[in-house]
Amino acid sequence: MTHVSTAAVEEEPTTVGVPDPFWTRERRLGAGVTIIGLLAAAVFGALAESKEARFTLSTDATGAALTINGQFGTILFGVVAVVLGGVMLAGVAKSWQTALLSLGIAAFVLSFLCWQVAGKFLPLVDTASGSLEYALPLILGALAGVLGERSGVVNVAIEGQFLMGAFGAALVGTLATSVWAGLVSAMIGGVIIAAMLAVLAIRFLVDQVVVGIVLNLFALGITGFLYERLMQPNALEYNQPPQLPRWEVPGLADIPVLGPVLFHTNVLVWIALILVVVIHFALKWTRWGLRTRAVGEHPTAADTVGVRVRGLRYANVLLGGLIAGAGGAYFTLVSTGAFNKNMTAGAGFIALAALIFGRWTPFGALGAALFFGFAQKLAFYLSVAGSPVPNQFLNMLPYLATIVAVAGLVGRVRAPAADGMPYVKS
Amino acid sequence: MTDVTAPAEKDEQRPESFFGLFLRNMWSANTVTVTTLSIILALVIGAILIVVSDADVLAKFAYFTARPGDALGASGDLIGRAYADLFKGAIFDPASFRAWFDGTGTWQAAFNPVSETLTYAAPLVFTGLSVAIAFRGGLFNIGGQGQAVIGCVMAGVAGFAVGLPIGIHLVVALLAGALGGALWGFVPGLLKARTGAHEVITTIMLNYTATLFLGWLILQSGVRDPERSDAISKTIAHSAELPAMPAPLRVHLGIVLAVLATAGVAWLLDRSAFGFELRAVGVNPPAAKTAGMSVARTYTLLMVVAGALAGLGGATQVLGTADKLTAQVAGNIGFDGLLVALLGRNKPWGTLFAAILYGALRAGGNLMQVDVGISLELVTVLQALIVIFIAAPALVKAIFQLRAARAARLGASMAKGW
Repeated sequence: MTHVSTAAVEEEPTTVGVPDPFWTRERRLGAGVTIIGLLAAAVFGALAESKEARFTLSTDATGAALTINGQFGTILFGVVAVVLGGVMLAGVAKSWQTALLSLGIAAFVLSFLCWQVAGKFLPLVDTASGSLEYALPLILGALAGVLGERSGVVNVAIEGQFLMGAFGAALVGTLATSVWAGLVSAMIGGVIIAAMLAVLAIRFLVDQVVVGIVLNLFALGITGFLYERLMQPNALEYNQPPQLPRWEVPGLADIPVLGPVLFHTNVLVWIALILVVVIHFALKWTRWGLRTRAVGEHPTAADTVGVRVRGLRYANVLLGGLIAGAGGAYFTLVSTGAFNKNMTAGAGFIALAALIFGRWTPFGALGAALFFGFAQKLAFYLSVAGSPVPNQFLNMLPYLATIVAVAGLVGRVRAPAADGMPYVKS
Repeated sequence: MTDVTAPAEKDEQRPESFFGLFLRNMWSANTVTVTTLSIILALVIGAILIVVSDADVLAKFAYFTARPGDALGASGDLIGRAYADLFKGAIFDPASFRAWFDGTGTWQAAFNPVSETLTYAAPLVFTGLSVAIAFRGGLFNIGGQGQAVIGCVMAGVAGFAVGLPIGIHLVVALLAGALGGALWGFVPGLLKARTGAHEVITTIMLNYTATLFLGWLILQSGVRDPERSDAISKTIAHSAELPAMPAPLRVHLGIVLAVLATAGVAWLLDRSAFGFELRAVGVNPPAAKTAGMSVARTYTLLMVVAGALAGLGGATQVLGTADKLTAQVAGNIGFDGLLVALLGRNKPWGTLFAAILYGALRAGGNLMQVDVGISLELVTVLQALIVIFIAAPALVKAIFQLRAARAARLGASMAKGW
C-alpha cells in the first residue's frame, strides 16, 4: 500500500481524447484568447461608462497621467485580444505562442481595467509598488519551494515557515528592539520548520505532503499558543517590532514609475529580487545547481556518481527555510507591524501556487508571484473603489490559475521527476 | 497506513507465559504501542510548552538551584491542573457527578463533557472518513476543508432558503451538503482522471477558493442576515436542525449519523465491488488497469464519495451547532479530518475513534482555556504532534528503543510525489 507513484498514474490514459489534428493546443489557446477578447469587448464595453479613465504616474490622483475613454479602452483592448487570438488560431511559430498568450491576457486585463477605472483614476506607482509588496512574501516562499522541490523534497509547509518567521521576527525584534535581529530570527523560525520537514521527510521517510500539512498546523498552533500566552497580555513588551526601513537609491529612485517602486523600498524586496537571479544562475551554471537538479530528477543516478543525495536535500530544504522565514518577516516587519494569530492566512499556499504556476523555476515563480500580487492589489483597489466586481473572486485568481495550469489547459507543468520521493540508498 | 496490527507471535520455539508475551508485544513497535506512545510524547511536549510559557512559573526557575522544589512544584501543579481540566472537560468531572447524586447538580452537567466531546467529534468523523477513503484509493484528499466549506454553504442555504416540513427539510439540507461536497470533490477527481493533474495541488487550491466563495456569499442579499451589521447569514429553520439533546447539552444526531457513515464506509471498503476496485487502484493502478478496472472512473467516483463525506461533515457543523453561516463556520474541520484519518490509520473505525479523541481534546481544551487560561491553541499543537509521531513511527521507535515488530509494517506511509 506504500509507494504509490504518480508516475505510474500519469502513464495511465491521459484521455484528453486523441487531439484533433486541427485543434492543436496552440489553436485551442488561440480560440480561448479570442473568446475572452470578445467577452471583454462586448461585456466590459457594454458595462463601462464613457468617461475618462486616468492612470496617474504617481501614488495619488495628481501629476501626469495616461488617459483613455473608458468605454473606448475596453473595446480597443478587447479587439486587440481578439486579433492576438486570431493570429494564434491562424497558426504561428511555437516560439511566439507564449508571448502572444501573455499579450492576449494582458490586453484582457487592460480592458478590464478600463472598465473599472472609467470615471476614476488608478495610481500606477501605488499599484505597482503594492503589487510588488504583496508579491514579496510569495517570491520568497516560492523560492524556498524551488530549492526544496528541485532537489526532490515537496514543501507544502511554506505557510508554516511564514508563520514561524513572522512570529520570530515580532518576538525577537521587539525584545531586542532591532529590526535586523528580528529578520535573523525570522529566518531561524523558518529554519526550525524546515528542519522538522527535512528530518521527517528525508531521515524518517514520512510522506512529504503529510508532513507539510501537519507542520502547518503545528506552526499555527504553536504561534497561536505563544501569541495568546505572551503577546496578547503584554503586547508592548513582546509584540511591537520595529519596521524595516525604506531605503532610497539616489538617482535611480527618480526614474518615473519604476524608480519609486524598485529603488525606494525596503531591503527585503532587493534581497528577494537578487535571490531570484542568483538562484536562477546557480541552478543552471554551478556544480551545486547541477547536483540539485540531478538529485531532484534521478537520485539514484546522482548517487552512483558520488553525489550525497540526502546531504544535498538537507542543505537545500534548510536553505529554503531561511528564505521562507525571511518571507515571513514581511508580515510583521513590513506589512502590519505586529504579530497576529494566523496572520499569513493562506499566503504560503499562494506561494506554493506561484511555485507550481511558475513551473518550478525561479523566474517563473517571480512572474507568477508578481501576477498574483497584482491580482491581490487589484482586489484591494476594487474593494476600496466600491466596484461591483467582488474582490473575493479576484483573490481566487491565483488558485484557479494554478488549477488551470496543472490540468494542462495552458501548457503542461511538470514537477521534478523525483519530487516527493524519499531516497533510500539500496 | 499499516494494515496489520502485530498478531501475537505464535511461532516461538519456547512456549512463553501469556504475561511475557504481552510485555514483549507491548514493547515491540506495533500500532497500538506507537499510537499510545505518540500521544504520551505529545502530552510531554505540551507540558513543557505550558511551563515555559508561564511567566510566574518561569520566575521560580530563576532560583532553581537554591530551591528546586518551588519551581518543580509550581510546574507540576500547573501541568496537573491543565491536564486535569483537559480530562474533566472531555470525559467526566467527578465533582459534577457528586453534585448530581447529592441533588445539587443536574444530570446534564454531569454528562456535559461527553456531550461536548461527541459534538466536536461528529464533523471530524465525516471529514476524517473523507480523507481515509481517498487514501485507500491512492488519492490524497487535502481538499476536505474546501469540500466541507461548500457542504456548509449548501446545507446552510437549504436550511434557511427552503421551506419544507420537519424531517424532510433536514434530509434535504443534509443531502444538499453532501451534494456540495461531492461537486467540490468531483472537480479534482475528474481533472486527475482526465489530465493527470495532481489531486494534492488541485484540492489545496480549491480549499481557498471555497473559503473565498463563502466569504463572498454571506455578504449577498438573500443570504446575509438583514438585521445584523456583520458578515453573517440568516439562521437556518428549526425544521432543518439536527435534533439535539435537551438544552445545555449540545450533542446532536450528527454523531449517530457519523457512526452510521463509518459503518457505511467500512462496508463500502470491505464488502462492495467499488471498494475492492478502489483498494486495487490504490495499491497498484497499472495492475488494476490490467485487471480491467477503469482507473479514471474509480478516481472520479472516489473523489465524489470523499467529497460527499466531507460535505456531510460541513452540513453536520451547520445543522448541528452553528445554525448560521459565517466566514469561519467550517472552522478547521477539513484539516483536522486529515489528522484524524492519519491517526486512525485510514481505517473507518480507527478514524471514528481518532475523531472522538480529537473531539475530546478540543472539548477538554475549552475547559482548560477557561479554567487555567491556557490557550486552546495548545490543543492544535498536541493534535499535530500526535500525528507527526504517528507518521514517523521510526522516530517513536528510536526514542523508546522499541523492538521492531515482525508483522507490523511501520514503513513510511504513502510516499509519493506530486
